[in-house]
Amino acid sequence: MTDCIENRLLTSRRSLLLGGASFAAWAYLPKFARAADGHDPRLIVVILRGALDGLSTVAPLGDPDYAGLHGSIALAAEGAHPAIMLDSFFALHPAMPEFARMYRDKHAAVVHAVATPYRDRSHFDGQDVLESGHAGPGRVQSGWLNRALEALPRGERVSSGLAVGPTTPLVLRGNAPTVGWAPVALPQADDDTAMRLVDLYRHRDPALAMALSQGLQLDKAASGDDMKRKPGNAVAQMRQVARGAAKLMAADDGPRIAALAFDGWDTHANEGGPIGRLAFLLGGLDGALAEFESGLGDRWRDTVVVVATEFGRTARINGTDGTDHGTGTIALLAGGAVKGGRVISDWPGLKLASLHEGRDLKPTTDLRSVIKGVLQDQFGLSDRVLAEMVFPDSAAARPMKGLVA
Amino acid sequence: MARDSQAALVALNRFGFGARGGASGDLINAASDPRGFVKAELARASGVLLEAPGLQSTQQLGQAVFAYQDQVKQAREAAKATAPAETPAPAEPKPVLRRNLSLNMAATEIAGQTTDTKPADNASKPETMQPGAAAPAAKPAPQPLNVIQKTFRAEALARLQRATLAACGFTERLVVFWSNHFCISASKGELARIWAGAFEREAIRPHVLGRFADMLRAVEQHPAMLFFLDNQQSLGPDSRAGQNRKRGLNENLAREIMELHTLGVGGGYTQDDVTSLARIITGWTFAGRQGQLGPPGSFVFNTNAHQPGPHMLLGKSYEPTGLAQGEAALADIARHPSTANFIATKFARHFVADDPPPALVARLRDVFIKTEGDLKALATVLVDSDEAWQAPLTKMRSPYDFLVASGRLLARVPEDPGAYLNNLNLLGQPLWSPAGPNGFPDTSAAWAAPEGMKLRLDIAAQIGARLGNNIDPLDLLEFAAADAASIETRKAVERAESRPQALALLLMSPEMQRR
Repeated sequence: MTDCIENRLLTSRRSLLLGGASFAAWAYLPKFARAADGHDPRLIVVILRGALDGLSTVAPLGDPDYAGLHGSIALAAEGAHPAIMLDSFFALHPAMPEFARMYRDKHAAVVHAVATPYRDRSHFDGQDVLESGHAGPGRVQSGWLNRALEALPRGERVSSGLAVGPTTPLVLRGNAPTVGWAPVALPQADDDTAMRLVDLYRHRDPALAMALSQGLQLDKAASGDDMKRKPGNAVAQMRQVARGAAKLMAADDGPRIAALAFDGWDTHANEGGPIGRLAFLLGGLDGALAEFESGLGDRWRDTVVVVATEFGRTARINGTDGTDHGTGTIALLAGGAVKGGRVISDWPGLKLASLHEGRDLKPTTDLRSVIKGVLQDQFGLSDRVLAEMVFPDSAAARPMKGLVA
Repeated sequence: MARDSQAALVALNRFGFGARGGASGDLINAASDPRGFVKAELARASGVLLEAPGLQSTQQLGQAVFAYQDQVKQAREAAKATAPAETPAPAEPKPVLRRNLSLNMAATEIAGQTTDTKPADNASKPETMQPGAAAPAAKPAPQPLNVIQKTFRAEALARLQRATLAACGFTERLVVFWSNHFCISASKGELARIWAGAFEREAIRPHVLGRFADMLRAVEQHPAMLFFLDNQQSLGPDSRAGQNRKRGLNENLAREIMELHTLGVGGGYTQDDVTSLARIITGWTFAGRQGQLGPPGSFVFNTNAHQPGPHMLLGKSYEPTGLAQGEAALADIARHPSTANFIATKFARHFVADDPPPALVARLRDVFIKTEGDLKALATVLVDSDEAWQAPLTKMRSPYDFLVASGRLLARVPEDPGAYLNNLNLLGQPLWSPAGPNGFPDTSAAWAAPEGMKLRLDIAAQIGARLGNNIDPLDLLEFAAADAASIETRKAVERAESRPQALALLLMSPEMQRR
């Protein structure tokens, strides 16, 4: 597969594995916040950019075809790093013990074999569809979360300390005013981008490849010193963003609704199984969820975190121990308000004939149904608003019931 | 078509500042008639001039500096008079120095103030981000800029806007080339900083398509150059001022005129010639704040400082004609064969290759001699040459080229020069402030250095993070290179995991880094 960048140098010199983390939130309290019943809902949307391998995150160990398809990177119930059984069929990646705990406490759920309506395999277009809430790409003026906010009665302005962050994710862009916050000025390009560029230079411009490699101190990394993997960095970065966001959102006058994006999930090569590249990233995500929980304190009770990605990855691994762009994947729900402890799935199976176009997990649940269900339960948005305004032309994707306790 | 796109890349990248994004159609226009596209700008010499509201003359700016310095002095004295000795003068809030890498300065200033551990610290500076808009509504009021900083930024902005908006950018590149050839450094002092932009507007731009001798004279008589290379301090040892003040010659300007501006090292001059030229141009100065010699901040010839008598220079005697003596000497130096050779080589090196084709250098030298330094003729020979169109695009874009080309491709006309200035500092090409009078280097090795490439990538990633979500990187690739883009670059952009990453990779691609 030329579709990928060699990731053997991924864990190089620099501490920032996740340069793309960002956070933004709605600028106003919803009108009903702190209402008489004490229900003060919070929603956090986490976008995983790059396409998460759902089959490696929540593995269908009970599916007879899984181990063969996912080959060298397949999770297993046994071994040095056994996957965590969620039920008799699905198992969670061992890098996510916090999510597993929430799941056991019935504060986390998985929706499997899920996808947006997008069926091609471009990251850009896929992210557009995921975040814009439109059925197809190219509609990037506003995101579904912002349009959902527009439908809410606007309360008082959030006055707590929010500064301008580097960018607002599309999902939260639109007419409803938002605020952003960046945990640190992240001046450095992330390693994945750097490696892709070195790869391009190696093919097209050896002089620049050498210069950039030296600049990145890759020579030193390759020769040994820095080759030790540093899972702590990925974890620390995601945790840091989540910790800051949670602290802001925990305040009485803090934002109730926020969106974050984590980059780096495009695991074309050396994806790793129970340990490895994806494991780092999932460990970071798991840490971020734990930070939300602890940072929101009492507010966690009313919180739903939705984790979504633009599409999934191929069911069969490729020639570089990774996976290519696919279709069906997972969505994760976490938070005290989640009616959890279950994997929600109309499992399509991994038989060749069952795969989408013979290669990808077939989506059986529309991601919009999941999100619409959460929005309806948390904020009381009507079917009509959800089907016309928030997710235009989505009447067929009915809100999933009972996701929130 | 591929061939035309390749020629269009030469037209836009080698001669100009790169294709503009948006609806410019630059690449298509350049492809249909590459040479004509480049030459179109040569037809309008007045188009090289830069006038913008608020930009002032050297004389006005000199007076502004003097007035500002007087104010500072008075304030200091007033503070001293009213405050007890121990009380320090009111501390001015010192701007925090930080790495600011993004195109949008205000946003990162704020982002830079946030810390990794204490988000609540931001409570005192609430900010809003308008949905979908790249620019935040406000930024915290920093210390107000003084007239020198304001002027420098206004001059920088005008230059950046011109470069961003130019159709091809060939004449703007010529401006940058000549401005670097005849560089001053704004870091010399307050006068140099406030004059840096005016120097270029007044001494360089009017002559970029004119005569070399005229540019040379305008440069060497400009107060900014006289200040930069200390000629206002140089006194003829036998002049009245030299006798009175027991001070004498400063050779700095005279040496650089011959070594860097005209003949070049090995151009056939001796130390005696340097000393002699220094004597010849004694008295070339500018009027100070008192205005005894003329309007403060204006060029004047101070007879009292001028070394009397005839002087020998390069084997020729120059009669004591005051100011005209030096002007005659410069006119002769300007048409010296060594000058022609030096300029031709440097010109070809900038536009074609670090080691320029000797035949092209020879033709440029010949036309320089034949036309007595007609710079438009020089530029025309370059554009008409086959070498300039056939040589592979191996020159590295300088940091200035890279940032301007990126801004053009993203169709973003800067409204604030701050991010550009910061990034130029970071990348080692601070605007109008080279480390020495030889200007910034013009070889690929200088700019393709490891640290520089890493920093460029960081900047590209920042730009990607800020703007990438609002653009289609594949559209931009079409604007930038169309089918002249390599398959590998196209794949890297197509297969990036996000638009921000795609934009960063596009900006860093060889197509965007080389010219």
